[in-house]
Amino acid sequence: MTQVDFAEAADVSAIPAQTEAAPKMSARGVNVFYGEKQAIRDVSIDVDMDNVTAFIGPSGCGKSTFLRTLNRMNDTVASARVEGEITLDGENIYDKSMDVVQLRARVGMVFQKPNPFPKSIYENVAYGPRIHGLARAKGDMDQIVERSLRRAGLWEEVKDRLNDSGTALSGGQQQRLCIARAIAVDPEVILMDEPCSALDPIATAKIEELIHELRGRYAIVIVTHNMQQAARVSQRTAFFHLGTLVEYGETDQIFTAPRQERTKDYITGRYG
Amino acid sequence: MATGHEHTVKAFDQDIKQLRALISQMGGLAEESIRDAMIALQRGDTKLAKEVRAKDKAIDAIEAEVEKLAVRVIALRAPMADDLREVVAALKIAAVIERIGDYAKNIAKRTPLIHATDGERIEAISLLPAMAQMAGDMVHEVLDAFSARDAEAAIRVSERDARLDDFYDSIFRTLVTYMVENPRTISEVAHLLFVAKNIERIGDHATNVAEMVYFAATGQYLADRDTDTAEN
Repeated sequence: MTQVDFAEAADVSAIPAQTEAAPKMSARGVNVFYGEKQAIRDVSIDVDMDNVTAFIGPSGCGKSTFLRTLNRMNDTVASARVEGEITLDGENIYDKSMDVVQLRARVGMVFQKPNPFPKSIYENVAYGPRIHGLARAKGDMDQIVERSLRRAGLWEEVKDRLNDSGTALSGGQQQRLCIARAIAVDPEVILMDEPCSALDPIATAKIEELIHELRGRYAIVIVTHNMQQAARVSQRTAFFHLGTLVEYGETDQIFTAPRQERTKDYITGRYG
Repeated sequence: MATGHEHTVKAFDQDIKQLRALISQMGGLAEESIRDAMIALQRGDTKLAKEVRAKDKAIDAIEAEVEKLAVRVIALRAPMADDLREVVAALKIAAVIERIGDYAKNIAKRTPLIHATDGERIEAISLLPAMAQMAGDMVHEVLDAFSARDAEAAIRVSERDARLDDFYDSIFRTLVTYMVENPRTISEVAHLLFVAKNIERIGDHATNVAEMVYFAATGQYLADRDTDTAEN
């Protein structure tokens, strides 16, 4: 892959028709700059509740950068500048009236390395609902904590030791705790940035099964380096390369018969 | 579909190359079998007919090797996109070539039966080599198409099947007429009918291979073709 034609448009024909409902999040003509350097070029994409969307691409292709524009995580990078429009339920998330704290409750995030707070398991999950004022009484909070841990597939393993420190759990359990924490504030979208790259295959399989179970309840977008994982967990796959969205389509189409040469070279291991 | 790019993992290219080589080798043996079976039939050469039967064993052995290698590639390399389609196609093509080898063997097995009556040559045999040549060419060209990942060539092969079917129909009528006129030869000519049918089936199998080549090359299915030839 020596020459790259930026004029080569993303294969929008591959974007599946949104028949059931309006997309949960829509990006249109998004550009992201770090200072002078352009990291994302003219990306347009829709994600919905019914499908898990995977972003794949080589390191530095912009997939994580783009993921972070979806809940304005790039706001924390001083030199970052985002152009274009990103909407959540039709509402522009970069609008001045948008409350970023509220936005991040609606669009939660799970990171590469499990990062539980150095507090009890219970407090890790209860923290978000508490600052967002979601629980009126202690009983409500207990319910939220249990429900979130159940949805994250962790309840049975931790129900007898909710006061133990979150950091005492295994890596896979910590990651599920982080997912429970994201779920606790009742988000609409969950962004996952390489959620399994620090986990062993069994812990990875548990997270993948969890993603499968959460599908439909939340719009899920996952960035992964592991193409097999993208193939396993997602229904839509977007391939990013050098800051552009090269191809976006049904996952089985992307992995069996990609339309773009660059996609094919990447997924078949001919990249470079 | 060949991009010219090699896999970052070179051993993967080696595996794919070996898979292609096995399919070519198998196809070559199948072509030879068809040709030799027809020569044996024409000349009443039972020794050559025996060789065809031996060759069928070699084809079967390569099929097993293709299967082993394809399973290994899937397990160890997790092929995707065109690589995946190619491995799946190779697996299916190997099974089809094995069937083609069986038909050649079947033709060879009829050689002693057709030449049972001493001295007398059945003229109708002379119709069959041209038909066998046509089927053999289809096999040859479809395997070339596989090597070259040439979807267009695969379509051309599949389109030729109708001509082979027409050829079969005309031979069928000729042989029936021949039997009516020469009732003494019925038992031998009946075998020739089966030979013609076997050749017609070889053409069908070449068409199946063409469909797989098309799929491997493009990722799309060659629209189902109407196969109105009766299975008998």
